[in-house]
Amino acid sequence: MKILVCITHVPDTTSRIAFTDGDTKFDKNGVQFIIGPYDDYALARAVELKEQSGGSITVLNVGEAETEPTIRKALAIGADDAIRINAFPEDALFVAKQIAAVAKDGGFDLILMGRESIDFNGGQVHGMVGELLGIPSVSPVMTLDIDGDTAKISREIEGGKEYMELPLPFVAGCQEPIAEWKIPNMRGIMSARTKPLEVKDPTGDAPKTKVSKFELPPAKGDVKLVDPDNMDELVNLLKNEAKVI
Amino acid sequence: MSAEKRNFVDEFESPDFYALDDLLTEEHKLIRSSVRDFVKKEITPYIEDWAEKNHFPEEIVKKFGEVGAFGPTIPTEYGGGGLDYTSYGLIMQEVERGDSGMRSTASVQGSLVMYPIYAYGSEEQKKKYLPKLASGEMLGCFGLTEPNHGSNPSGMETHFKDKGDHYLLNGAKMWISNSPYADVAVVWAKNEEGRIHGLIVERGMEGFSTPETHGKWSLRASCTGELVFSDVKVPKENLLPGKSGLGAPMGCLDKARYGIAWGAIGAAMDCYDSAKRYSLERVQFGKPIGAFQLVQKKLSEMLTEITKAQLLNWKLGKMMDEGKATTSQISMAKRNSVEVALNIAREARQIHGGMGITGEYPMMRHMMNLESVVTYEGTHDIHLLILGAEITGIPAFK
Ligand SMILES: Cc1cc2nc3c(=O)[nH]c(=O)nc-3n(C[C@H](O)[C@H](O)[C@H](O)COP(=O)(O)OP(=O)(O)OC[C@H]3O[C@@H](n4cnc5c(N)ncnc54)[C@H](O)[C@@H]3O)c2cc1C
Ligand SMILES: Cc1cc2nc3c(=O)[nH]c(=O)nc-3n(C[C@H](O)[C@H](O)[C@H](O)COP(=O)(O)OP(=O)(O)OC[C@H]3O[C@@H](n4cnc5c(N)ncnc54)[C@H](O)[C@@H]3O)c2cc1C
Repeated sequence: MKILVCITHVPDTTSRIAFTDGDTKFDKNGVQFIIGPYDDYALARAVELKEQSGGSITVLNVGEAETEPTIRKALAIGADDAIRINAFPEDALFVAKQIAAVAKDGGFDLILMGRESIDFNGGQVHGMVGELLGIPSVSPVMTLDIDGDTAKISREIEGGKEYMELPLPFVAGCQEPIAEWKIPNMRGIMSARTKPLEVKDPTGDAPKTKVSKFELPPAKGDVKLVDPDNMDELVNLLKNEAKVI
Repeated sequence: MSAEKRNFVDEFESPDFYALDDLLTEEHKLIRSSVRDFVKKEITPYIEDWAEKNHFPEEIVKKFGEVGAFGPTIPTEYGGGGLDYTSYGLIMQEVERGDSGMRSTASVQGSLVMYPIYAYGSEEQKKKYLPKLASGEMLGCFGLTEPNHGSNPSGMETHFKDKGDHYLLNGAKMWISNSPYADVAVVWAKNEEGRIHGLIVERGMEGFSTPETHGKWSLRASCTGELVFSDVKVPKENLLPGKSGLGAPMGCLDKARYGIAWGAIGAAMDCYDSAKRYSLERVQFGKPIGAFQLVQKKLSEMLTEITKAQLLNWKLGKMMDEGKATTSQISMAKRNSVEVALNIAREARQIHGGMGITGEYPMMRHMMNLESVVTYEGTHDIHLLILGAEITGIPAFK
C-alpha cells in the first residue's frame, strides 16, 4: 500500500504567540516548531499500517526550507521518503492544490492528513484535496482499518460516532485515538539521514486569500479567590463586579 | 509490579542561556527531543514510585533498547546507533534528567559492557553479544570493584587459572550495577602472572551467583549487587583478546565518565527548572519568593554553573569524536558536573522549603542519587588526584 501523509510545521502548543508586521504575520522568534499533532497521529497510523501490510509512506509538506527538520523527524518516525513543495503556505486552497498536484499521478492508496492544522485551524485542506482529486474525503477519522480495497473507519459526530466503509483511495483527516504518537528512535534518526527528500516547485496557482490582521484574545485579568463558606461575597462579586448575573 | 503513575507538570525547559544550541546540529536536537519525549513517557511518571519502593523496572531494558539508548556510538553493523559523542552525551543528559539510576543502567550497558566487547572483543564475541545488548534482549554488567579494592582496582584478588580447555575463575565483585538482572558480566580478573584480563561470564554458568545489595538510599531504581565466582568454568573463547592490563577497564571508564559528565548536568537542569518554577509560584511576605535577592542569587549561580558545564561537555564531546580527549580531561568534566549537580540539587531543595523534601519534587531523589554518582567511576577525590598527577607529573595515589 502506498500512503501519502501530509504534515504541517507548526508552533509547539506551549509557544507564546505574538504577531509582527502590523499584526499580519506570526512572530517566529524563539518558537519551537513541531509536526502538527493531528498530522502526527496520521503519520503514526500510516507507520502501523505499513508494519501490518507493507508498502511505503511518503510525507509531504508545503513550506519553505525551514520546515526540513520537521520533515526529517517524520522520516525518522518511519516515512520512507519526503517531498517538500517549496512555497510559503499562504492559504488552504493554495496548499490543497499543491498536495493534489503531487497526489494526482502518485498512485497513492491512501492520503492521510490531520483533522486540522493547529496554527490556523482551517480544517479545510483534506476536503479540498478530495474534491480536486475526485475522491472521497472524511474527517475527523478516529479509527482506520484496511481490508483489501476497502477501509473501515469511525468518525466522531455531534453526540455520537459514525461507522463507515469506503473504497480506496480516499483522503482522511485524522485525530486521536487513531494511533499513539511515535517517538523516533536513534536507528530511525540515523536512517533518516539518507532517506530522499525531494524539493519541488509549486504549481502556478496564486493564493487567493490575504490576512488583514490577527488579534490575540484579551489578556486574563487577576483571579479573586472566594472562601467556599462565603457565598454571599461570591454572589455580590459576580453581580456587581463581573456583572455576569 | 504495577507502579503508581503520577502526573507531574512537565513543562521542562532546557536552559540554554548562551545559545549553545547553535553548536548542535538539527539531528542532535532531534535526538535530544526524542529522548526527552521518551523519558517523559516512560520514566518521569513512575520514577518517584520506583525509587520509593526500591524497584528496578525490568521492562525498561527493552524500552531503552528500542529507543536506542544502549551503545549509541557503537557502529550500526553491531546493532549500535553509529552516532557521535555529542549525541551520546545528549542521550545521557536526558535520561539522567529523568533519573541517575536509569542513566546508570544505560551507561553500564553501553560504555562498560558493549564498549569493551566492541573494542577488545573478537569478531565472534561482537556478533554474539552486541546486537542483543543493543536491543535490550540481554542486560549486562561490569565487574571491576571488589570488597577490598575500590579506588585501587589494581589490587584486585579475583583471578583465573588456565585449565587447558577452559579457565577456572574465583573471587568476588561488589557494588555492581545491574548484576542481579544481568544475563552477562564483563569481569576483570588476574591471570596466573597477575595480569588483568576481561572475561565474559554468562548467567547460568555453574558457581556464578549475583546476590542483590540491599539497603541503598541512592540509585534506588537501579539494581546493584555482587558477583560471586566459585570455581566457575569459563570457556576460553570468552576471554577478551584485544587488550589486557589495567588500561583495558580504564578505557571503558573513560567512556562512561564522559556520559556521566553530561548526565549529571541533566539532573542539575531538572532541579534548576523545578526551583525556577517554584520560586515564581510560591508567595511569602506578599511576593513570589523569586523576588527575594537571596533566592535570585541561588538561581543565578545555578544557571551560571549549568552553562559553564554545558560548554565543557560540548567541547569534550568534540575531542572524544576526534579521539583526542585524555583521561584527565574526562576526569575534570565528570568531577565538575557531579559537583555542580550536587550543589544545585541542595540549593534547589532549599528553594522548595518543606515541599522540597517530598517526592512531589525531584530534588531529594536526585540528591541521594548523586551521592553514588560522586563515588562511582572514580571518587570525587580520585579525580583530583588524576588531575594533580597530570599537572605536576607526580602521582599522589600511593
Ligand atoms: C491566513 C493564513 C496565514 C498563514 N500564515 C502562515 C505563516 O505565517 N507561516 C506558515 O508556515 N504557514 C502559514 N499558513 C499556512 C498554514 O500553516 C497551513 O499550512 C495551510 O494554510 C492550511 O491551513 P489550514 O488551517 O486551512 O489547514 P487545515 O485544513 O486545518 O489542515 C488540515 C490538514 O491538511 C494538511 N496540511 C495543511 N497545511 C499543509 C501544508 N502546508 N503542507 C502539507 N500538509 C498540509 C495537514 O495534514 C493538516 O492537518 C497560513 C495559513 C493561513 C490560512
Ligand atoms: C551505586 C553504586 C554502583 C556501582 N556500580 C559499579 C559497577 O557497575 N561496577 C564496578 O566495578 N563498580 C561499581 N561501583 C563501585 C564504585 O566504583 C566504587 O564504590 C568506587 O570506585 C569507590 O570504591 P570504594 O567504595 O571501595 O571506596 P574506597 O576506595 O574505599 O574509598 C573510600 C574513600 O577513600 C578515598 N580514597 C581512596 N584512596 C584514596 C587516595 N589514594 N587518596 C585520597 N583519598 C582516597 C576515596 O576518595 C573515598 O572518599 C558502584 C558503586 C556504587 C555506590
